[in-house]
Amino acid sequence: MKKKRNFHLKSKHMLAIMSIVCVSLLITTFASDFSVQPLKDGAGYIVVPFEKGLNRIGTWMNGIADNFRDVRELAEENEKLQDQVDALKEKNNQLAVDQKELERLEELYSVDEEYSEHDKVLAQVIAKEPGNWYSTFTIDKGRRDGIQVDMNVIAAGGLVGIVTEAGPGWAIVRTIIDDGSNVSGMTVADSDTCIVSGSLELMDSGQITFSQLRDDEGRVSVGENVVTSHISDKYLEGILIGTIASIERDANNLTCTGYLVPAVDFRHLQEVLVITKLKDSAKETGDEE
Amino acid sequence: MRNKCILLITAVLCFFLQCTLCQKIAIGLIAPNLLVIFVVSIGLMRGKKTALFVGFFVGLLMDLFYGGYLGIYSFLYMMIGYLSGLAFRIYYDNNIKVPMLLTGGCDFLYNVGVFVFTFLLRGRVQVLFFIKRIIIPEMIYTIFLTALVYKLFYYISHRLMKQDRKERDSTWLLK
Repeated sequence: MKKKRNFHLKSKHMLAIMSIVCVSLLITTFASDFSVQPLKDGAGYIVVPFEKGLNRIGTWMNGIADNFRDVRELAEENEKLQDQVDALKEKNNQLAVDQKELERLEELYSVDEEYSEHDKVLAQVIAKEPGNWYSTFTIDKGRRDGIQVDMNVIAAGGLVGIVTEAGPGWAIVRTIIDDGSNVSGMTVADSDTCIVSGSLELMDSGQITFSQLRDDEGRVSVGENVVTSHISDKYLEGILIGTIASIERDANNLTCTGYLVPAVDFRHLQEVLVITKLKDSAKETGDEE
Repeated sequence: MRNKCILLITAVLCFFLQCTLCQKIAIGLIAPNLLVIFVVSIGLMRGKKTALFVGFFVGLLMDLFYGGYLGIYSFLYMMIGYLSGLAFRIYYDNNIKVPMLLTGGCDFLYNVGVFVFTFLLRGRVQVLFFIKRIIIPEMIYTIFLTALVYKLFYYISHRLMKQDRKERDSTWLLK
């Protein structure tokens, strides 16, 4: 121990050495298949239980803050909601009729609803990406619950994102509004395919962009729904991504570009569903045209 | 040994506070960066070498959980630790203005680094937008948070950890 004390590295040399360590780490993970998964798993065992606990405290505190809301505000809201309930009731009746009709037609065409058939795992969002640059989050279910990398994540409204990393008891999900996310989508009506990409620049409006939409006859219009496409190799077909908010023809006069409003409210995401089915296995069982 | 344990625990604690609580108190989708405050405080109070390793460790945690490739965040946090360590024993660390200024500067540099390494290289060239919408707001929020939490780090460093005053820790003053 005493001998070791005599040996001192200057801090600038230390900096140089550690910088080299960083760069070599970068190169190894970039260039080779060197797996850091065991390391990640180890780190996860320390951090994730705390995150779960803290998240519970956070949710509890949010609940308290909500209790302090102004009573008047609530009364007003109640009135508004009552109106909405009436409107919805009416709508619901209409929908019930439509539903019956749909069921009949489905039976007729023997269309099976793939979407609802997949097995899903309910997961809680326990932590978010620490910086402000990316939009990824951690969920409290992992490999032990059957979650694997590339599984699709949905929430009430539609597609949330994809699992990019899976630890034993947690997984990391990249949302479709993340700046590095690209999803192959298609319009519901005509199955015109497009690329849906997240963009940090649109963080204020909460929208995402789509591009390379081939629409020769100009049939696609604002308000149309976009779902995940059949040519995507990671996303299961037919999950709602969002609604077209604006569309513009590109200079080449062949393709269109525009903005989508995502179906999911990403700011208030607490629970998500992970579809425990990979696209590859779907391909094997499904019929290819 | 005791110092190292305390540093390790505080670093992990800060990391998951950053992932959970700091994201909850985000204003306009911008969350403050507690990790930068932590690394800068350590640099100011404990010197370059300690901050360098603390920064590396914090960055490695970021890399392991949320980074694509290992090394980018480690490098950035390490640089912040080293840079803030340059101010060690040159400025008084019990005056709140110094760490506020330092975190402001370091947070700016850190975010510029993140932008250059992970956004600019992917062809996102709207520098002005990102500076105005993300870097500057985060810097201001982080400076504000420094005013609140610096005393806590100061307490950890000066009460819980042993002081080892060595000549070599200071580059300019004592040599």
